[in-house]
Amino acid sequence: MARTVLKANNATAHAARLARVDVIPAFPITPSTLFPEQISTFVANGEMDCQFVPMESEHSAMSAAIGASATGVRTCTATASQGLALMHEMLFIASGMRLPIVMVVGNRALSAPINIWGDHSDTMAERDTGWMQFYAEKNQEALDLTLMAFKIGEDNRVLLPAMIGMDAFALTHTMEVLDMPEQQDVDAFLPKYNPTHCFLDPARPMSIGTFASPEYYMEFKLAQELAMERASKVIESVFSDFEKRFGRKYSKASGYKTEDAEIILMTIGSMTGTARAAIDEMRKEGIKAGLLKLTVYRPFPAEELYYLVKNAKALAVIERAYSYGSSGPVFTDICAAFQRKEKKPTLLNYIIGLGGRDILVSDFKSITSKAQETVKTGKPQEKSEWINVDQEAVERGEKQ
Amino acid sequence: MTKIITIGGIVKTPGSSKANETGAWRSMKPIVDASKCKACWICNRLCPDTSIHKGDKTIIIDYSHCKGCGICAQECPFKAITMEQEEK
Repeated sequence: MARTVLKANNATAHAARLARVDVIPAFPITPSTLFPEQISTFVANGEMDCQFVPMESEHSAMSAAIGASATGVRTCTATASQGLALMHEMLFIASGMRLPIVMVVGNRALSAPINIWGDHSDTMAERDTGWMQFYAEKNQEALDLTLMAFKIGEDNRVLLPAMIGMDAFALTHTMEVLDMPEQQDVDAFLPKYNPTHCFLDPARPMSIGTFASPEYYMEFKLAQELAMERASKVIESVFSDFEKRFGRKYSKASGYKTEDAEIILMTIGSMTGTARAAIDEMRKEGIKAGLLKLTVYRPFPAEELYYLVKNAKALAVIERAYSYGSSGPVFTDICAAFQRKEKKPTLLNYIIGLGGRDILVSDFKSITSKAQETVKTGKPQEKSEWINVDQEAVERGEKQ
Repeated sequence: MTKIITIGGIVKTPGSSKANETGAWRSMKPIVDASKCKACWICNRLCPDTSIHKGDKTIIIDYSHCKGCGICAQECPFKAITMEQEEK
């Protein structure tokens, strides 16, 4: 295993190379442009035997990915933000046709106003499209999760597409030391995609992208949900197989100092590292704080999450996305998952770092003290609280 | 018929749309006047449901699948096809 230094965009392109992806249709968009650039370089240099298709839009890129995957070959693409939004319609078709496409997403804010920096608004808005969702904390995770996503999605019990979230700039454009798996090890871990449900063979013709009347449609949708439920088990076995082969451990949700924690902060993606530093500082100050990192968002690991936080006094769900008129999207999932549980921590929701606003160690400390105050007073949080935001500026603007 | 839900709605029997008779959706029915038809096959090429087949001297309309869109009547240069209200 070779040590190397790479940005997440390039690391995930290497994952596609190691996975011997057959077709990559893509349209460049900040901050994921380096992915198709790296792929086209691999192809031009003869380092990768892959059909790279530069498309005229992201809608076309996903359409081409669907067409390619339906012929029975391994397919991958990359996008971000507006590009992912433009793919929206086709995302349902990929999952509905049960095509295990893997897509790397450079998580970025959505317009308006125009903003190219990091948050999770793009992928969170696609949570109901029937795609599995994984989020990387660092570049090594982005590479590893991309490799694993092929194996999970292509499993006959699953057959679902997957997207890998990597935070704009914090991961996509930041160099990090990582281990590059060897080709023979990846080949042993990830054999050739050999589908039995959908492929192109003139000797065995089939109709795909078919029509389903009301008497049939709902069963197809139930089939997708059952596949998601099975994916939950397959993810566990692929994570454990990966750990045996490559020595890196992954969990759908992982706890840090959660065993005796009174306040647990829940994070997704690159802010987790900052939160971990905050936990260490707070522990030195005698504050019983812990951290919960969510790696798999769809299928939602409700039981694993509950197991890690059930003894805490409060769980602060910290999110870089918002569902306007409601709350953070992950918070609604947590509330839905925990409503059947008798004993549960006080659930709190904090919105942070939209459009690339810095997330600091001090932010996690201030969220922890807010959570402590809620526990102490017993006064529930009335609504999701936005952190580090100048509400007075908004009010002044509205008076003009 | 026992319901079978295949993975991704993939149908392993080719030509299965033939079994799904869409002719019942029709409210307007194309009628060909064979004496005006020159067998140019323009309608055959333009029918979006491949419901117009070539006969010996004129077209044969497949009423089991024709949805009655009227493209054939619109495009016929010899006004050989007319659309009639279908009453059932």
